Amino acid sequence: MLPSATGDGEFHGPSINEFFPEAVLFAGSPFEINRIMLIRFLAVAVLLLVFWLGTRRMKVIPTRFQSIVELGLNFARVNIAEDILGKKDGKRFLPLITTIFFMVLFMNITGPLPFLNIAGTSVIGVPLVLAVIAYVAFIYAGVKKNPGNFFRNALFPPGVPPFLYIIVTPIEFISTFLVRPVTLTLRLLMNMIVGHLLLVLFFSATQFFFFTADGGFKLFGAGTLVFGFAFTLFEVLIALLQAYIFALLTAVYIQLALAEEH
Amino acid sequence: MFNAVIAAAAETETRNPLLPELYDIIWSGLIFVVILFFFWKLVLPRMQKLLDERAEAIEGNIAKADDAQRKAEAALEQYTAQLADARAEAGKIREVARADGQKIVAEHREQAVAEAARVTASAKVQIEAERQAAVVSLRSEVGTLAIDLASGVIGESLTDDAKASAIVDRFLADLEASEKAAK
Repeated sequence: MLPSATGDGEFHGPSINEFFPEAVLFAGSPFEINRIMLIRFLAVAVLLLVFWLGTRRMKVIPTRFQSIVELGLNFARVNIAEDILGKKDGKRFLPLITTIFFMVLFMNITGPLPFLNIAGTSVIGVPLVLAVIAYVAFIYAGVKKNPGNFFRNALFPPGVPPFLYIIVTPIEFISTFLVRPVTLTLRLLMNMIVGHLLLVLFFSATQFFFFTADGGFKLFGAGTLVFGFAFTLFEVLIALLQAYIFALLTAVYIQLALAEEH
Repeated sequence: MFNAVIAAAAETETRNPLLPELYDIIWSGLIFVVILFFFWKLVLPRMQKLLDERAEAIEGNIAKADDAQRKAEAALEQYTAQLADARAEAGKIREVARADGQKIVAEHREQAVAEAARVTASAKVQIEAERQAAVVSLRSEVGTLAIDLASGVIGESLTDDAKASAIVDRFLADLEASEKAAK
């Protein structure tokens, strides 16, 4: 079962290089556009269109489409921002949290969508940029709330015996200032990469079993097809879940920074 | 199945998915900025406006209902007050009528009493007058009778009127005096 690039009846396994497709425009420049970038643009265009249309003529008694848009916006507002940060701070950080939630959601959902088949978030750019923004946001929130004391409180938690700072401070530093952005990035990126690889694996295996393999092996194709279908549905769930987790953790980090002891 | 992935990765020149390309970062950042401003400046203010309008509408309806309730209560109060007024008025009218009735009855009674008194008084006067007349006529008749009687007894005519009347008068006076003594 050696994968190969040629269509000569060998099995085609998925490759990590699928996340670095050939450039379509501006190859080699900092503005290079490839298939994944185009998928991102499409996701963003759909996002802008949906929310522009959905909020264009909002009525007190909503239409069906407005209800759906409201449902989405209220989810980010009530269930993430206000639940974690409270009414006042929730309102302050609502644009950021809403943006993160819907940007991740719309780019995730292109993964299980037919013909697009790859998530806009499955290349490190989006997860990394958003993680850095979340990182900057919670440090900003902490410093703004508690100028001068934020880093001291974060690294030297009050109420800990001084000699324990030898252990506590490095742990706090790593967990707060290193692990948070790294896990934010990797959780989303790896979910999307693995999701894509799994789907490719199932469907290319189905293709191989149905059309290339001999006799009895064709039966395996039915199994891999069923798995592929199930994992497609699962990927839709993952897309929602990861968007929720990313936005939620951003809110939680901001909340922790705001709630830091004086 | 991961063997296949690894095999695939090992086969060709592999890219590390953790190392970001510059274009990737640039487009991601650009997209973020666009979406952030879109939500910040357009969608969320619209949504906020809607939420405010909705809250206002709900509050407006509540205020309207409150107003209606207040009006109904005021009307009820007014009605009750009017009813009480009307009752008081009716009571007053009844009271006045009763008093008037009593007055009329009393007046009539007075009038009847006065009338009766008047009738009694006039009857008394008439009786007195008739008695007087009777006394006068009786006196003259009794006088004549007595003189005739006395003439018969004495056997002589009491022709001398002056003497006769003096005798009668003395007789009558005696009679009256005896009557008084008997009383």
